[in-house]
Amino acid sequence: MVEAEDRVPGDRPPLSKQVLAGDWTPEEARLPVQVDELEVDWELGRRATGLDLVERRLRLDDGRSVPFDGLVIATGASPRRLPGAEGLAGVHVLRTLEDCLAIRSDLDASPGRVVVVGAGFIGSEVAATCRQQGHEVAVVEALPVPMERIVGTDLGSLSADLHRDHGVQVRLGVGVEAIEGGDRVERLCLSDGSVVDADVVVVGIGVTPATGWLEGSGLAIDNGVVCDETLLAAPGVVAAGDIARWPNARFGEVMRVEHWENALDQGAAAARRLLAGDGPGERFEPVPWFWSDQYDRKIQLAGRSGPNDEVRIVHGTVEERRFVALFGRGGRVVGVLGVNRPRHVMQWRRRIIEAMTWEDGLALAAEEEAAAG
Amino acid sequence: MRIVVDFDLCESNAICMGIAPEVFEVRDDDFLYVLDETPGEELRAKVEESVRRCPKQAISIAED
Repeated sequence: MVEAEDRVPGDRPPLSKQVLAGDWTPEEARLPVQVDELEVDWELGRRATGLDLVERRLRLDDGRSVPFDGLVIATGASPRRLPGAEGLAGVHVLRTLEDCLAIRSDLDASPGRVVVVGAGFIGSEVAATCRQQGHEVAVVEALPVPMERIVGTDLGSLSADLHRDHGVQVRLGVGVEAIEGGDRVERLCLSDGSVVDADVVVVGIGVTPATGWLEGSGLAIDNGVVCDETLLAAPGVVAAGDIARWPNARFGEVMRVEHWENALDQGAAAARRLLAGDGPGERFEPVPWFWSDQYDRKIQLAGRSGPNDEVRIVHGTVEERRFVALFGRGGRVVGVLGVNRPRHVMQWRRRIIEAMTWEDGLALAAEEEAAAG
Repeated sequence: MRIVVDFDLCESNAICMGIAPEVFEVRDDDFLYVLDETPGEELRAKVEESVRRCPKQAISIAED
């Protein structure tokens, strides 16, 4: 196991919530595996720098090259950074425990104004956590409707609305032109000519698959490592997690999924594929799921959703911030979004697995609403 | 086997309910209820999968 970080990996979701808030120690953010029982040789603080598929060797950053029979590529993704912020203290991304503790320490040292760039899930969780710690928080997002590409225009303002409910200033449809300061960050200049003061900046503008070290390896790279339906990227080479791009036959869609549960499932599936050797292997065709906790709301999305899908709120209302919305595509229910409705999300996820039609889905939802009175 | 849930950790993601609805239920109040604290051996595989896939590692099995 070659790991670029110098510690055995932990669990990442708490890094934008419990650990960032100081409610949990880093040790409490554990992975759901007994790492010390794995019986693997760890190469910690070591990066893979190249792959030779002909000689079947992995090159490492200490100059060594390691032979392999099977290779699992799970180098994940790296957070995008804002240009012009290099060397300016107080500007952060959030990916690793080190990032989390650096933000934590800045928040403790200067309990001033936090500006979060990007209203995606990481940015939104950081904003919520900081706000709940009593900081003044502003969120700056380049898109006019933050989650439009995921859930369409009608529901896309959901997390912006949640922030506003909690007294966070939200600036939509403005980009960051410059980050200014002396040694430390002092302000952001925005594309509409306005200026936002900042003591701490957290940038959450997405990630890039960490494929740089695979250039020239002969593997197909296209927004991730391109795999077949069984996660095989080349004979004896599989990929899993944020870096793997594969055709999910269930949805007839090539996807790359950056969520916690997928990393768990896809890792196991990739390992099984590797062990199947020259056999056909099993198709990996999950119904992806993720959750995001912001303030007292739990947002969960299972399946697929996009701006061109049919959308129907089948339970609750957006106004009460407690609802279930279904997404339909090609005559089937393909996705479900729930806010503080985990039971419904899991029920609908099962129905998506069972390939329920859109028509049947809406009829069933209406029936259930009537029965619930 | 006996199901033990750490309710300080449980975030009601309802993953366990998706896997083993015979044992776990998240109700309208958003809290998890264990329907059967001592499920039969035929449910062991499902319960173990629930333990493994709980994002908060809030579920464990006690053998007593």
